Amino acid sequence: MINGMWRVGCILLAIAVFAGAAAAQTVTLNGAGATFPFPLYSKWSQVYADERGVQINYQSIGSGGGIRQFMAKTVDFGASDGPMTDEQIAQAGGQVLHIPMVAGAVVPVYNVTGVGQGLNFAPDVLADIFLGRITKWNDPRLARLNPRANLPAADIVVVHRSDGSGTTAIWVNYLSKVSPMWKARVGEGTSVNWPTGLGGRGNEGVAGLVRQTPNTLGYIELAYALTNKMTFGNVRNKAGQFVRPSLSSTTKAMDGALRSIPDDFRVFFTNPDGKDAYPVAGFTWILINAEQTDSVKGKALVEFLWWAIHDGQKYAPTLLYAPLPKSLVTKVERTLKSVTYRGQAILQ
Amino acid sequence: MAVNDLAAARSSVRATGDRVFQLLLAAMAAGIPLIMGAMLVALIAAARPAIERFGFTFFVSSTWDPVAGEFGVLPFIYGTLVSSALALLISVPLGIGTAVFLSELAPSWLRSPIRFLVELLAAIPSVVYGLWGIFVLVPWVRVTLTPALKGTLGFLPLFAGPPLGIGMLTAGIILSVMVVPFIVAVSTEVMRTVPRMQREAALALGATGWETTRKAVIPYARSGIVGAIFLALARALGETMAVTMVIGNVPQIKASLLAPAYTVSAVIANEFAEATEDLYVSALVFAGLALLLVTVIVNVLARVLVSRVARGPSLIRE
Repeated sequence: MINGMWRVGCILLAIAVFAGAAAAQTVTLNGAGATFPFPLYSKWSQVYADERGVQINYQSIGSGGGIRQFMAKTVDFGASDGPMTDEQIAQAGGQVLHIPMVAGAVVPVYNVTGVGQGLNFAPDVLADIFLGRITKWNDPRLARLNPRANLPAADIVVVHRSDGSGTTAIWVNYLSKVSPMWKARVGEGTSVNWPTGLGGRGNEGVAGLVRQTPNTLGYIELAYALTNKMTFGNVRNKAGQFVRPSLSSTTKAMDGALRSIPDDFRVFFTNPDGKDAYPVAGFTWILINAEQTDSVKGKALVEFLWWAIHDGQKYAPTLLYAPLPKSLVTKVERTLKSVTYRGQAILQ
Repeated sequence: MAVNDLAAARSSVRATGDRVFQLLLAAMAAGIPLIMGAMLVALIAAARPAIERFGFTFFVSSTWDPVAGEFGVLPFIYGTLVSSALALLISVPLGIGTAVFLSELAPSWLRSPIRFLVELLAAIPSVVYGLWGIFVLVPWVRVTLTPALKGTLGFLPLFAGPPLGIGMLTAGIILSVMVVPFIVAVSTEVMRTVPRMQREAALALGATGWETTRKAVIPYARSGIVGAIFLALARALGETMAVTMVIGNVPQIKASLLAPAYTVSAVIANEFAEATEDLYVSALVFAGLALLLVTVIVNVLARVLVSRVARGPSLIRE
């Protein structure tokens, strides 16, 4: 009996030691940050572990937390829906690279009795609604954009995110670009001092409020609006076209913004050029140090990111993320090639 | 001789054992003020940039603007206090009434199922309450309760504004449902401990059932009932998830209970994860410190109030 237990114990110990040794050989990359790309990153980590044997642990703790952990160097890479500020980069020490992975769009969702999909919104009208300057659904400025819609004489109930989020950052960045008054009065960030409206927690909170409350207008991620079959509107872009939000019109927005996207990619590419570009969209980035401090991990990280912007992109559309356009991938390749270990480029 | 030695040895073992036991318990009891103190120190340290920047104006300013870096916590404190007060206003009569029924009136076959249900109510996670709030309570408040209130008491500024279904009143209602089990469970338990003689004496003096409960049972159980209400208040002041899901999350001070509001714990939970700037983070920690202060002040005030009331006349003194 005791003998048997001994034997089992020894076998277990041997297995543990063996597994430990095996684990030590596989490279593990730890990352933390934005919740928005989490489904995609976990898919990538699954596929990549099978294909290349590299483990990627990703904690979706929010962009702010991701930036903080990246700055504290407790993770190998950070992830964020909003770029780091110059101050934060200075604090992080050394050069920080923002690698765009995919993009997401933010769409106006509404719940108005008798009004279906595809209400048209002009940028100035959206800004004035969110400023509380347009208060009725049948306001002439809104009615002129939607001559066929049967807009009621009801108050518009604005719904926004109450938690800090990249979705809000993209939305208010767009409003700041199209409305000088918004820029002066409210500004942009992951949380702002809203002039009007109710706050819902998370995409699900905003969606819940919009669904439940008549005459609401809010904003949520396109992916969330599509999977939950929400009623959402079109937004007029810089070229003057009313564009239906979709994955392809988001990718077109990146394409249209290409020339104005700086080499460090730290930009919200809202309100871009391009006839078919949907104007309210933004990147989600992975944050890495330009100079890696661990040769093995550094190499694994850069190779993973290279894979992500090429082979990894094909997983994006099924999970409702807009893949990077070819033109942009070339630009990101250059950035990845600039990553170094002891001054030597990691990718040759 | 040998017997004496043995007894001495045994008693010294016992003495040592007692001392170890005493020390152990003292250490455990000391743990609570230590944890409290450590929390306070950590909060003050993390809130220092905001304390230095805003000082006392933090408590009286109504601006919460992360973009401009201006922070004031007044509307949040207002929301926390008013929603908790509403919760107590609803849950105290309901809870004590239920407790009286369970301890004095209910037949025993009914008592345990009701107590089981009440305890179940306390075990439901707050996010589930929040979901129930969004899908059931909010529409009910918007469609049924608000028109009824407006129809009867609509002239009061308390019930002005559009019927959103979301806001202070809804938060108060959901909080009251969440804290009622605490009041019921503790109060029932305390009333059950009231000696039988106390009741029999009152009845023998010719008191009715109601008089017995009011003058013999409740005064006897008063401190326990007050304790139950404190527990409920503490839970209501700190509750985060369910409140943020139904209160509307707008930092404003409106007379109307139908208007959206915001609470301190809700803003911390909502904004902390994405706050990156140092001042912003420390303002959120400062808000946490403010909540701690408010909780302490409310508890002290309530205790003073209760000790005043407890000194009042009563038919039967313990």
